[in-house]
Amino acid sequence: MITLNINGESHTLDLNREMPLLWAIRDRLNLTGTKFGCGHGMCGACTVHINGEAARSCSIMVGEAAGKKITTIEGVSGNVAEAVTTAWQRLDVVQCGYCQSGQIMSAVALLKSRRKPTDGDIEESMGGNICRCGTYVRIRKAIKTAAQQLA
Amino acid sequence: MLNQRPGIQDPVRTQARKSFPKTAFSVLGLATAITLASSLTGTAWSQTEAANSADSLAAWAKIATVLQHPRCLNCHQLNSPLQGDERRPHIPQVVRGPDNHGVSAMRCGNCHNDMGNNDTSGTPGGLHWQLAPVSMLWQGLSVRDLCRTVKDPAHNGNRTGAMLIEHMENEPLVLYGWNPGRGREPIPIPHDQVVELTKVWVAGGMACPQ
Repeated sequence: MITLNINGESHTLDLNREMPLLWAIRDRLNLTGTKFGCGHGMCGACTVHINGEAARSCSIMVGEAAGKKITTIEGVSGNVAEAVTTAWQRLDVVQCGYCQSGQIMSAVALLKSRRKPTDGDIEESMGGNICRCGTYVRIRKAIKTAAQQLA
Repeated sequence: MLNQRPGIQDPVRTQARKSFPKTAFSVLGLATAITLASSLTGTAWSQTEAANSADSLAAWAKIATVLQHPRCLNCHQLNSPLQGDERRPHIPQVVRGPDNHGVSAMRCGNCHNDMGNNDTSGTPGGLHWQLAPVSMLWQGLSVRDLCRTVKDPAHNGNRTGAMLIEHMENEPLVLYGWNPGRGREPIPIPHDQVVELTKVWVAGGMACPQ
């Protein structure tokens, strides 16, 4: 049995330790805001937070995440998350939206460690989150807008 | 497989082979003289040590093929690791960051598990997955320069020969090279042989090609 702490709730599940965390989040707990993209840690659609750091839930295994604090798009909160989601809505960042929960989770992780990110910081931290609609210009602007609001 | 590749490893091996008889001869001659002298002076240098030095050089030629294998060399890069047997740039793009573990929302541990390889996603893993420190930069080094770097405490994590043997024997990220997960070639020389080669190299004075 594996105990996962997700969005403040403890879930004890009968899982193989090597199962990707994303499988547990989506298929066992029905938290479908986190998306499956490439399944290889290369696109960022499955990004969640583990102990406050960004994590690709398709690559991190449940045995690795057990006992740690896991946050998904459904549970992310606090002033940074509010600033990011507000900026996202104000600038109408989303197009198709499939990658956006992952984009927001990475943006929140970035702004928690860098309150005034440069363009270089944004490129280095968001480079693993692919958007097939090409909303990168609005994503960058929304991160800067959120940073200004938090300043 | 690596031994069949042209380029970096072969010339040194060839050089070591070609130069060995001549070098061994002159070294043995010197050793004889010194052994005679040592009976008077008590100097310990001997034929055995000359032979050890030649063995050390031969061992290094094999160790170099291990250290220059993608499993080792891919993460001994300047700012971004390489990936795969084909040594392509890491996808997605990642950078070293201040602690060798990446930057704020793109850190090695975001994908790479401490508990090992994820065979579902194909993501390799191991304890404290990271880029090797800049001081241990091997990118672009010849076999000779790699040898000098590896034995230099300023560029090997301040390790003595004994500590290098211990590192090759037990360091989790070294051991990963023999258990890289699907789709990646393990180090072709068995781990226990590489440890033995390291012992020979150290015992013979960590000899480097000239």
